[in-house]
Amino acid sequence: MTDRKSRLHTPLSRRSILKGSLASTTALGAFALTGGGPLHFVRNAWAEEQPIGNFPAKTSGSSITLGFNVPQTGAYADEGADELRAYQLAVKHLNGEGDGGMLNTMAPKALKGNGILGKKVEFVTGDTQTKSDAARASAKRMIEKDGAIMVTGGSSSGVAVAVQSLCQEMGIIFMCGLTHSNDTTGKDRRRYGFRHFFDAYMSGEALAPVLAEQYGKDRVAYHLTADYTWGWTQEESIKNATEALGWKTAAAVRTPLGAGDFSQYITPVLNSGADVLILNHYGKDMVNSLTQAVQFGLRDKQANGKNFEVVVPLFSRLMAQGAGDAIKGILGTTNWHWSLTDDGSKAFVKSFGQEYGNPPSQAAQTCYVQTLLYANAVETAGTFYPPEVIKTLEGFEFDGMGNGPTLYRAEDHQCFKDVLVVRGKENPSNQFDLLEIVKIVPRADVTYDPNIPAFNPDGNAELGPYIPG
Amino acid sequence: MDALVLQLLNGLDKGGAYALIALGLTLVFGTLGVVNFAHGALFMLGAFCAVAVQQLLTLSAQVKDPSVTFFEAFKEVPYLEIWFGDAGTAIIAWSLPLSILIAIPVMLLIGWAMERGLIRFFYKRSHAEQILVTFGLAIVLQEIIRIWFGANPIPVAAPPIVSGSADIGDWLGLGPGVVYPWWRLIYFLFSAIILAAVFGFLQFTTYGMVVRAGMRDRDTVGLLGINIQRRFTAVFGIAAVVAGLAGLMYTPIVPPNYSIGMDFLVLSFVVVVVGGMGSLGGAVVAGFLLGILQSFASMNEVKAIFPGIDQIIIYLVAVIILLVRPRGLMGRAGVMES
Repeated sequence: MTDRKSRLHTPLSRRSILKGSLASTTALGAFALTGGGPLHFVRNAWAEEQPIGNFPAKTSGSSITLGFNVPQTGAYADEGADELRAYQLAVKHLNGEGDGGMLNTMAPKALKGNGILGKKVEFVTGDTQTKSDAARASAKRMIEKDGAIMVTGGSSSGVAVAVQSLCQEMGIIFMCGLTHSNDTTGKDRRRYGFRHFFDAYMSGEALAPVLAEQYGKDRVAYHLTADYTWGWTQEESIKNATEALGWKTAAAVRTPLGAGDFSQYITPVLNSGADVLILNHYGKDMVNSLTQAVQFGLRDKQANGKNFEVVVPLFSRLMAQGAGDAIKGILGTTNWHWSLTDDGSKAFVKSFGQEYGNPPSQAAQTCYVQTLLYANAVETAGTFYPPEVIKTLEGFEFDGMGNGPTLYRAEDHQCFKDVLVVRGKENPSNQFDLLEIVKIVPRADVTYDPNIPAFNPDGNAELGPYIPG
Repeated sequence: MDALVLQLLNGLDKGGAYALIALGLTLVFGTLGVVNFAHGALFMLGAFCAVAVQQLLTLSAQVKDPSVTFFEAFKEVPYLEIWFGDAGTAIIAWSLPLSILIAIPVMLLIGWAMERGLIRFFYKRSHAEQILVTFGLAIVLQEIIRIWFGANPIPVAAPPIVSGSADIGDWLGLGPGVVYPWWRLIYFLFSAIILAAVFGFLQFTTYGMVVRAGMRDRDTVGLLGINIQRRFTAVFGIAAVVAGLAGLMYTPIVPPNYSIGMDFLVLSFVVVVVGGMGSLGGAVVAGFLLGILQSFASMNEVKAIFPGIDQIIIYLVAVIILLVRPRGLMGRAGVMES
């Protein structure tokens, strides 16, 4: 008797589970092989409501959870902190709190200010640490443990590409934060990934004509490039765009991410025959390399009978703050700037400024807009079912969110909108007034075919399936 | 030619930092027999002395910024400027040199507390255990700094008169336009002075002589009635001050964050091993040697022949030197070979 009882209470062992699953797999296989009616019936049911990711398990309650995956430590932590502020503001506005911000200006709009499909919006956060493995781990945690139905954020393309492919596997929509590499919507594009931010190719197309106009067509450039996916694609894009206008490239040198001291890379620039230094760095790397380039006298230098110039193709106001006076007069591009005077930008800056005491960065704007766009797509589709939400976002044309008329292109999930060419301001009128807009480059000038070599080098870039395998 | 000179100067800067850290490591190893993996953390703590003093001097009041009209904005105005006007601004500008005066007693205290509070309990343990406990200590110190100061690098400004660049082209007859940042020249000079001071102390004072005797034969010195342990504790304090000042002075070159010590620690151990375990002179020579090699390896002419050499040169040289001279450049027999 005791013997039997104890046998009944034997816990599941690895062996018994293996045996059981083997048996059921065999049974399923046999069932599938027989084909016929029952399977056909099942397939039809799945076509409408197949569970994907956290749908419907985590979307049937009275609230839903979004996962904000931003760098809270590491080289891009400043940007990450601003992204988090924007996300929190977006959640507030979605839930009908605060002044509504861009909810008042976006068009077309299905959102009603009562959450998403009437469900209250909650959020969890994760720290990407600007490392791909850490970012994937925290995204996975938010999806599996916290039940996030959408993940967004990131301030590095390495991270964006890694998390995006994870989200594709898990069937969770990923709304990219700040990521500027061509690869994000190029060779690494994914059905479940969407990018509102502009990319390196657009920076090149927008910036090169301004560079030629300001500095002439007879220039020799020297690139210092952060050694990862974003740096490579930006170097390639700027190089191609400037060379097309007659510039030459003296050298393109890769620097390790987070090098800190760039002196050993800056010194060789002096004798290279170059008269322009292009810094393909972002965040703290850019602050350090630009400050050190100025300390080494590059901006007071003459080369080839011209003034030596420094260019920072991807700019942000947060970086400008860190670099202080070094940024003055330097040209670059940005996705958005708080001094824009369209209704969307004004509403957002006012709302953000009142909440946090400073204007939003470009990272904050893209993250805020991405959250609203996702929520609006769900509201429009009338369901959280990811394939339907994706189809609503694909080809979505909208306005009133700070960048003028914008298209979410269906072919590669990239947003197309105007690009700003900016310059470090010589005489700022206040502490936030660090960049001035030199030119607003129209959307048509930066639109490209999704399958040009920069975005589809091997000809096999594919978004992948709506229903993850 | 001027490129070579500039890369040499870059190398001397880096080498100065490596040499100062490696010197402390070697001193602690030679006197106490401890492999101190928390030494990089001392470099980091020194850097944060500068940050702390700067933050203390720029404690600010929130003043409404009338030039921002679209929302209520505030700018921070330091109390020193509110109270003393231009004199306050000048004090803030000189916060880095001022912080040296604070950092010396603070680092001495930290060194003393570290040695008396933790490390002395591990003298008789194996090197592996010493490495584990000091590495753990380094992580604890880092995390404390991270909680207090955040994870972001914090810029520290050099005094304005030395924040520009020196016209070294004129001095050396290289022609106009060859400049080098003042602060980097100062850093090299500073490291040379500190190195000279430490060597002078050990070589020419009775105290230093006893310490050196203790390094050779601890038991005999003890039999002569000298409390060698107390002197070794003092040496640990000195090593802490040297590492701390190296970190403090480095802040205008690279803004410090909590992990800057680890970045230097690994390289400094390579320096110690290349110089020869237990050899003070070896640590200094190897520090400058590796700093300079690292700079020259970054030149495009070199990289055209050996792509990527700038990333691995230090380890490559270490491998070659250890193959040719297994005890390092100036290592003595019998150190860490029992």
